[in-house]
Amino acid sequence: MVQMLKEPKTSVQAAVVLREVSCYFGPVKAVDGVDLEILPGEFFSMLGPSGSGKTTCLRLIGGFEQPTSGQIVLFGQDASRLPPYARDVNTVFQDYALFPHMNVRDNVAYALMVRGVPRPERHRRAEEMLELVKLAGLGDRRPGQLSGGQRQRVALARALINRPRLLLLDEPLGALDLKLREEMQIELKALQRQLGITFIYVTHDQGEALSMSDRVAVFNHGRIEQLDTPKQLYEYPQTEFVARFVGSANVLEGRLLGLEGGRYALRPERIAIQPGSQTGPNRLSGTLLDIHYLGAQTRYEVQVGEERLTAVTPSEEQGLQIGSAVTLSWESGSLRPLREAV
Amino acid sequence: MTLRRRLSDVLYVRPLLLLSLLLIPPLLWLGIIYLGSLFNLMLYSFYSLNDFTGQVEYRFSLSAFQQLFSSSANVDIVVRTTLMALVVTLACIAIGFPIAYYIAFYTKGNARTFWYLMVLLPLWSSYLIKVYAWRLILAGEGVVSWFFNLLGLGWLLQGILSVPVVGGPSLSNSYLGMFLVFTYIWLPYMILPIITALERVPKSLIQASSDLGARPGQTFRKIIWPLVIPGVAAGSIFTFSLTLGDYIIPQVVGQPGFFIGQMVYVQQGTAGNLPLAAAFSVVPVVIIAIYLLIVRRMGAFNAL
Repeated sequence: MVQMLKEPKTSVQAAVVLREVSCYFGPVKAVDGVDLEILPGEFFSMLGPSGSGKTTCLRLIGGFEQPTSGQIVLFGQDASRLPPYARDVNTVFQDYALFPHMNVRDNVAYALMVRGVPRPERHRRAEEMLELVKLAGLGDRRPGQLSGGQRQRVALARALINRPRLLLLDEPLGALDLKLREEMQIELKALQRQLGITFIYVTHDQGEALSMSDRVAVFNHGRIEQLDTPKQLYEYPQTEFVARFVGSANVLEGRLLGLEGGRYALRPERIAIQPGSQTGPNRLSGTLLDIHYLGAQTRYEVQVGEERLTAVTPSEEQGLQIGSAVTLSWESGSLRPLREAV
Repeated sequence: MTLRRRLSDVLYVRPLLLLSLLLIPPLLWLGIIYLGSLFNLMLYSFYSLNDFTGQVEYRFSLSAFQQLFSSSANVDIVVRTTLMALVVTLACIAIGFPIAYYIAFYTKGNARTFWYLMVLLPLWSSYLIKVYAWRLILAGEGVVSWFFNLLGLGWLLQGILSVPVVGGPSLSNSYLGMFLVFTYIWLPYMILPIITALERVPKSLIQASSDLGARPGQTFRKIIWPLVIPGVAAGSIFTFSLTLGDYIIPQVVGQPGFFIGQMVYVQQGTAGNLPLAAAFSVVPVVIIAIYLLIVRRMGAFNAL
């Protein structure tokens, strides 16, 4: 109770609060002082390369790892030391972790079985969940008899049957092929809206994070580099890492642009390319190194002094020759100043 | 050089030829030497012994089995051996499972190598030496009774030994002692398959179970145990059949009463009654077959 009273009063109670959370594995700082607050009903993504701490952060919230220091608060309750089975949180695991010795129905109903719900009721509710994930009628199959996409849905149904307030998804679409991935992204988002459950979604795929999330935390070296809406993240990256990891970016020294110090990010699609060598503000001239035709767009690699820049424009015949002089230009507002990473 | 080259080329493009070259010798060995002998053995159990000449009569007859089951002493031997095998198997599971669980889930790297070594080390020394060593350990003047006396618990040991059936004049002359030696000798054969089975259980399944609200005890009963049963079954087939067939331990440690293995030894050697020896050795085969059926019926192999 004393613990509860110490919680600061906020208008909306956060689903998840991490305060100065760190998790060390020996000398490795997997998570290094993370602060964050996730709101109820939010689709929140943790994005980062492998080893950035995003999965450990998720596992800390699930209770599979213990924080070295810091506090984890779930729905206003300190959960830092609670075991997974005492948390109102369920997880969709990366390898799905379906129980191979049970059929699909018993897998889905597992959470009800361990709580002692009678068999007829748990079978009925398992069928409901299977219907929700479009697997009605497959209850008697073994997980081994299902395709990757179907197993993914079983894992989802199993995690949702208890109606958790918070669902953790650890790269759930990682093992699926591209087409299925895109379908599942749409379905997951729709399911999240329909159920109103908070989703925390771990991924290394920036496109996935941008298209599905309300907010995204970009992880690097166990810390959050930037936490923003997808649009802000893409339009206003604050560090070089974020600029390069979310989409692609040209990162330029201010000196090269005739601006005062620091570094600037410039998205390739903000750059126009013309033949000839011109100088002036918001333009640079260089040598065209390579042209990659990508269908709807064409990517140009241009050498400007020491730097190598990338420009992406809608495909049209421009008659540019590899090795010729070209000029790159952009609107002055397209340059985004970057701060140094902490 | 060119011959070797040509040979590799032929074997590469004809993998079936390579496979058959590799498999034919072991298949011949298994098929003829092993299965052939087993078949021959079973055949002998259906012959009979001519009491006058002492010669085996090569005609179909059930007289060996009749002889086996009509004598209550022989039936006693079968029951005694089967019970001992059963109790030893249960004890090996009870002792072996926690050890295997610890090794599989709580050790890694050098510590795991160390524990594997500790489990395997007893298998490096001679079986006979271990059995005779145990006889000395368990003897009336041996270290066990010395230790009990040292602790002032000599009366406890005497009390245990005075229990009918399991007791006897000393541990080395009792079924209890025999049970201890059997359990010790076969324990590694139980631990190793259980470790292998536990290692194959993905950690994520245990986490998923916990995530879905199962307390550790429930996770053990619903997830870990069902997935490890094939390993326990494999181990128990070892301990069960090894106990059923052993004829050294009952001779060195324990009561004068015979075990199946000893009967086979005596009947085919001293008594020269090959059909009866064969009939006795068919008994463990049948018991193991029944045991496997029961284990299968219990769903032990569903997870395979």
